[in-house]
Parts: sequence; C-alpha cells; structure tokens
Amino acid sequence: MYAHDYTDGGDDMPLEVLLVEDSPGDVRLTQEAFRAANSSVRLHVAADGIEALAFLRREGVYKDAPRPDLTLLDLNMPRMDGREVLAQIKKDDKLKTIPIAILTTSESEADIARSYELHANCYLCKPVQLNAFENLVKSINDFWLTKARLPQAQ
Amino acid sequence: MYTHEYSGRGDSVPLEVLLVEDSPGDVRLTQEAFHAANISVHLNVVTDGVEAMAFLRHQGAFADAPRPDLTLLDLNMPRMDGRQTLALIKNDDSLKTIPVVILTTSDAEGDIAKSYELHANCYLCKPVQLNAFESLARSINDFWLTKATLPQIQ
Repeated sequence: MYAHDYTDGGDDMPLEVLLVEDSPGDVRLTQEAFRAANSSVRLHVAADGIEALAFLRREGVYKDAPRPDLTLLDLNMPRMDGREVLAQIKKDDKLKTIPIAILTTSESEADIARSYELHANCYLCKPVQLNAFENLVKSINDFWLTKARLPQAQ
Repeated sequence: MYTHEYSGRGDSVPLEVLLVEDSPGDVRLTQEAFHAANISVHLNVVTDGVEAMAFLRHQGAFADAPRPDLTLLDLNMPRMDGRQTLALIKNDDSLKTIPVVILTTSDAEGDIAKSYELHANCYLCKPVQLNAFESLARSINDFWLTKATLPQIQ
C-alpha cells in the first residue's frame, strides 16, 4: 500500500505529486499549501501539457522523473491544454492508472462533464480566496494521499 | 455547481449516493456513518452488480431511481461483481461521468491496479475498526460531496 507506507510509516520516502500549471503564482501557492499540509509531498511542476507528457514518459530532461502518485492538472494552458493531456494519459495503458485531479478556475458545466467523460479521477475548482485554497490542498492531501489507496508505482 | 449549492445552502434536496454492497452489516454501518457525517445524503442501497445496473438504467423496480451523485462500489459480490459493474458503468456513455469510488476490504495490489485501469475514480479500503470506518465515511463526504465538483445530473 504505497501511500500508506509513507504516511503511516513516517519515513522519508516522498509522495510524488505532479502539478501541471502555467501560472507561476498558482504554482507558488500550491507549493506553499502542500508544504504546510504534508512535508513528505514532493511537488514537481510542469508548465503545460507538452512538459507534463514528457515528464510522465520520462523523455529528455525528465529521463529520471518519478512516476507521480497523483497528478494535479490545470485545464487552460498554452501549447497543449489539460483536456488533451487528460485524454492522452487515460488512453495510455502505461499511464492510465495515475490518478488525475483536475484543478482549475473553470466552473463551466461543459468542462466538468467533459473531464469526467475523459476519466478524470475528480474535478476541483480553484477557490479565489487564499485560505479556501489552502483548505482545498489540505483536503487533497487528506483524501488522496492519506485515505485513498493508490496504484503502486510500476 | 451541484454539490456546492446543496452543501452550502443546507436545503432539503438530498445528495444521492448509491451504495452497492452485499453485506447487511456493512450496509448498516455505512448508513449510520453517512447519517452522522451529512444529514442531506440520501443513501440508496443495492446488493449486487445486477441490481446496481438496473438502478442506474432505471429498469424494473428502479424506474424512478435518481441518478447518483456518487456511487460506492464493493468488489466482491454475488451474481455480478464490482469489477464487471465498474467496467459496464465506465464504458456506458450515459453513465461514465458518475464518480465511482471502490469501497472494499480487498487490499490486493492487483485489485487496486485493475480498478484504476477500469477508470474507478478512487479506491478505498474498508477499515475493520468501527471508528476508522466512520472517519472514512466522513472523508468521503468531505472530499466528494463537499470539495469536489460533480457532473450535473443530465
């Protein structure tokens, strides 16, 4: 039980989280919120879908990248957006078991429905208020990285 | 923003949760735990995959069944097990957006991996201890029915 070994055992093996996010401000806030929520989370950042897929497929500079225990995916990004990244991950037999949480400012019903259709594991709206955002990150940590059983890294 | 309206307003429109579980004891515990966690959760119970599919497809006695906001699915059940049920739901264009949380006593790596491959939204192990089970029900409520944004009923 991958996640449980880490959280219960209290050892220093990190939980690998990939954040796919183009806004430097949001990246900074997410880093700070995870640091406050769980010091064993190691947050990796990709700034768009092209980088995210290179990270997941260990291409180029990402050849030593870990397999993420959880991926947080923004929808609206340059070059390759979150919908396309999500579709590619969930069609790829080697990557499809990685849990993908959509984390976006979009509250559009179409984006919500489309994301679940493409097999996003869940959809979360980024709150504007800072403390609500910190709470959300804490919930992501409590649920996904503590309670949920995650597939073992292959 | 289906869940947010409900959870925020505290009105009497229930959150529909479908529990697919063959053990009467586990059904009772889940009912009590959700009742304690969130009074606006309406827990619908079916005891195997055949009944679950009839419920979701509004067949027979389930003609007036609501579309669930969330489904909690056991894996090991008679007639049609959770793996088959999950595969049917996630391959059905009219059902695939319904979040399906696997809730099982199995902690086999094979079951965890297979469930995520079949596009389970997440995988949770039923704890044996009663207070841990209540705490898990609270987490499901806090994350899925409060924080996550769910697809709107079609």
